[in-house]
This record gives sequence, structure tokens and C-alpha cells, in this order.
Amino acid sequence: MPQILVEDLAKTYRVAERDPGLLGAVKGLVHRRHRTVQALRDVSFSLEAGELLGFIGPNGAGKSTTIKILSGILKPDAGTVLVNGRVPFTDRIAHVSKIGVVFGQRTQLWWDLPVSEGFDLLADIYRVEPARYRANRDELVALLRLERVLDQPVRQLSLGQRMRAEIAAALLHEPDILFLDEPTIGLDAPSKLAVREVVRRLNRERGVTVLLTTHDMHDIEALAQRVIVIGHGQVLADSPFETLRANVLAERRLVVDFAHEAPEIVMAGVEVRRRQGQTLELAFDPARTPTPNLIAALAAAHEVVDIHVGEPAIEEVIARFYDLHGAGEA
Amino acid sequence: MDAARPYLAAFSSRFLLMLQYRAAAIAGFATQCWWGGIKVMIYAAFFAAAPAAAAASPMTLAQVITYTWLAQALLALTPWSADPEVALSVRTGSVAFDRLRPVDTYSLWYVRGAAWMASRALPRAALMLVGAGLVLPLVGLSDWAWKPPPTLAAAAAFAISLPLALALSSAFLMIVNIIVAATLTDRGVNVLFNSLIIVFSGNLLPLALYPDWARTALLVQPFAGMMDIPLRLYVGQLSGTGALLGLGLQAFWTVTLILLGRWAMARVMRRLEVQGG
Repeated sequence: MPQILVEDLAKTYRVAERDPGLLGAVKGLVHRRHRTVQALRDVSFSLEAGELLGFIGPNGAGKSTTIKILSGILKPDAGTVLVNGRVPFTDRIAHVSKIGVVFGQRTQLWWDLPVSEGFDLLADIYRVEPARYRANRDELVALLRLERVLDQPVRQLSLGQRMRAEIAAALLHEPDILFLDEPTIGLDAPSKLAVREVVRRLNRERGVTVLLTTHDMHDIEALAQRVIVIGHGQVLADSPFETLRANVLAERRLVVDFAHEAPEIVMAGVEVRRRQGQTLELAFDPARTPTPNLIAALAAAHEVVDIHVGEPAIEEVIARFYDLHGAGEA
Repeated sequence: MDAARPYLAAFSSRFLLMLQYRAAAIAGFATQCWWGGIKVMIYAAFFAAAPAAAAASPMTLAQVITYTWLAQALLALTPWSADPEVALSVRTGSVAFDRLRPVDTYSLWYVRGAAWMASRALPRAALMLVGAGLVLPLVGLSDWAWKPPPTLAAAAAFAISLPLALALSSAFLMIVNIIVAATLTDRGVNVLFNSLIIVFSGNLLPLALYPDWARTALLVQPFAGMMDIPLRLYVGQLSGTGALLGLGLQAFWTVTLILLGRWAMARVMRRLEVQGG
């Protein structure tokens, strides 16, 4: 049986609405209007122990709702969820002692407590055996380079330091599964790299199952073997990232520097994406126009200085995918 | 022991953290001195102006004065407002993390709330004891001072009653917290319960001084156990069977409010919506 099994999950929220202005506010006193928002319609997927899954989708797609249901905070309206064979919401206490959760937008550490005291408190709350706790803490502190911030109150940490402390805090009780909801949001480049490195090592060396949501496609590129794209509360794709790229945006890019003003290019299956002085960026489908043929044709007809072949940026792939499925933010 | 470990840790962590807010304690003490002083002078004027009524009163002036200082000292032991930590976590959505802990959320909030009230009350009470119990007699105002309990039995009853008052206040604080969790704001409940507590806990006027017809009703309502009952036990106004009845009432309301709170909490947590995407 898979470690995480999700079938036909559905969840609706009730959202209060109000007409704008004074009149709207007065009307709201007498009669409250509510609208139901379908956060999840029909989500199904499963995850084996030790997998590292990336969960992507536009804002409001249902990623966080899924994580909240999986972690036992929210109760779904319909559908089946089993994590380690348990139903998260009904078996909450047993369930949460085996998972770790990081919400990038919130802090689970105590704002006014020094980091080390927050760790001590968490070890007490999770009833971690003291010797194991010390060993885990020391390992995580070294791995996440937290030695220098242990005595500082959480409110004085930089975002990057805080996020590393949050990840350590989520791992003190040795969970089998780690849920990361936008763990790199707002981080600078070195902190992002550090977070990715830690996640990768936990997954490879300790076999921790990781489910990660993000808007940073480099997180996905660097970490996830498998990607689920979610939009309008539904799973739109569930595949390795390279398969997704090949299906959505198979085109290649060719950036050509000419010796003179860039010429007009009229060739079947080739599209000019950008024109800037002596440089052209061309998009083409390598299945229809083989790359060597295109280069040969260009070099024969024009004086070419430099040629660079590339793939569309991962952001473009995803944006195109959202467009194809009408999954942009409502 | 291991079962209680998370709750003991949550209590001591909050208690020790809150004790560090010295400026707040001193400011609170100053305010309570001011109000205490005014109330003591008003009572003294009333008792002096109406000697017949004073003679018939169920409490002597000395008892009322000690009661007043104690009420000021232990003000923070009543659930004046929702636990600010709970209110903030509900507002920001960090309440999710409380649901991620392998502990009973009601008990976790309960011990944190108890720690919050106890840590606020302790330094204020200590300062008040020094001010009203030691300094006032030294400057020749011993008539207006905070006096020790009249008998050993009164002291013992108070020593039992005070922790019960904290347990009861914490149970009531949980009701307030749960309303905050359900409505996502602490403004309404704070205003509403403030006025109820100040009247019905005996803080405004000792409950024994109300007219006869209201007295029984005032004694049995839950707010009496948060302040009035331990204070009456201290000054010796409740003793013997009355003392046992008072302690019994405190225990009864504590259990009732805990059961009510747990039931309400389970309902609220089922439809809890965690803020933010």
C-alpha cells in the first residue's frame, strides 16, 4: 500500500461577501451573503515511501488545502485520505506525531523564545526521548548551520535563518513524512540553495518522504522527480517533470547573432520570438525542423557570428501549461 | 509523567517568558494601587457615615479593606480578555500549528492560559503585598492596610481556594478563547466579559455587600469562584460549612466549564478554517 493515498478528495469553503461602500456594510449587518468556493473538486494521487513530490499550481489552485488535509488540520468534505494507513483528521494525534510540516508563510517557533528554547519545548511536546533529541538537534543544527542563531529570539532572525530553523523544528521528532508548503518563499539565493540541499539530503539519506509546494520552478527542477500540477482543485498532470516539458512545450530555442542587421526569416515551422539589433531568437519544433538543418540553412543564407541552442525557461513551460488548461488564477 | 510532559513544558515556558515583562507588572501594580486606594477611601467613608448599616453589614470595614487589596492584587487571575496568544494565532492562522502537535489542543491552550494569568498575577500580587501589607502600616495607615488571615483555618482554606480559582478562571478563559476561534476576533468577547467579570467576581463590590435578595444568586454563579470565594475565605467571612460549600462551588464550576469548553472546542475545530492560501 502506498504511504500516502488520496482518492476523490473534495473540499469547499464558505466565503463571506459584502457589497462595497457604506450601503454594502449596512446591508451586511442585516443579511450576510456567502459564496461557496470549491477548493478541491476531485483530487486523487498516491505516493510511495521515500518519494519526493513537487506540487505546483497557480495561487488558489488547492495546493495548500491539500497539504492541510494531509496533515490533519482540515477535514475534507468527501473523498479518502490515508497516510501511513491512518485517516489524518480522525486519528490526528497519532498521525501528527509521525509527520513534519513547514509553512513558508508562518512560523511554528515561538516569536519571543530563543531558537534553542523553542526546540526544547518542541521536544517536550513531541515527547522525544532526551538522548535522541540531543543527537537529532545537534545533527540538524550542523546540517542547517544554525550554531550562531541558537541563542537568538526567533523575531530577530533573518528570513533565511528563520526558515532553516523552521525546517530543523519540523524534524526534531524524526518524522517519516515532511510537508513543505512554499519553503523557499522570499528567500535569497544562498538560502534557497541551502534549503534545497537539506531537503535533498533528508530524502536521499534518511528516506524521508517529501511533499513540497512551491512557485519557484527551480525548486522543482532541483528536487522533484515527480510533479503534480493542480488547478481549479483538480489534478491536471502527474508525471516526471521532463515528460511534462516534452508534452507541453516541445519547442527549442535558437539564439542567432548575425554580422549585420538581423534579416527577415521566413521558414516553415520557425517562429521569430525576439528581435534585437543583430540578434534573433527563434522558436522551432525539433521534430519538424531538425536543429542541424535549421542551423545549416541559416549559415548558408546569412553571415552568422554565434549560435546558441536552448530550451524554454521552466516558468514558460508552466505558464503555457496553465494557459492550456485555463488554470490561471481566478 | 511522560503523558504530562508537553503540558508541563508549555506551562513553564509561558510562565517564565511572561515573568520577564517587568514594566507591564509595575504599570499594572501602579494602576491597581490607585484604584485600590480610591475604593478603600470610599468604603471607609460609607462605613463612617452610616454606623447603623455598618453594624449590620456581613463584613467589617477591616475585612472589606483586606478584601479590596487582595482583589486588586489578584486582578490578573481573572479572565479579563481572551488569551492574546490564542487571539493572534487565530488571526494569523498559526493556530494550524497547534493542531499539528501530538497533544490535546484543549489541554495545551488551557495550561498556556493558566500560565499566562498566573505569571501576570504573581509579580503584581507580590508588589501589592509589600505596598498594602507592609508599607501602609509602617507609614501609620494600618487601619487601611492588607491584614493577614484571622485564623489558620482561613489561611488553609484560602490556600486551597486560590489554585481552584486559577483552574476555574482558566476554564472560563477557554470558553472565551473558543469564541475567539469561532468568530476570528477577540474584540467583542473582551468588551462583553470585562464588564461581567468586574461585577460578578466581586471586584467592583464584595458580593456579600449586595442586598439580601441577590446574595444567594451571586454566590452560586461561576464568577464568584474566580475571586469572591477565595477572598471571603481569606478574611474569614466564609468558614465552616460555608467554606466547604465555597470550595465545592469552585470545583463544580471548574468541571462544568471544562466539559462545556471541550464540547465547544470539538465543534469549532471541526469547522476551523485556517486563514490564508
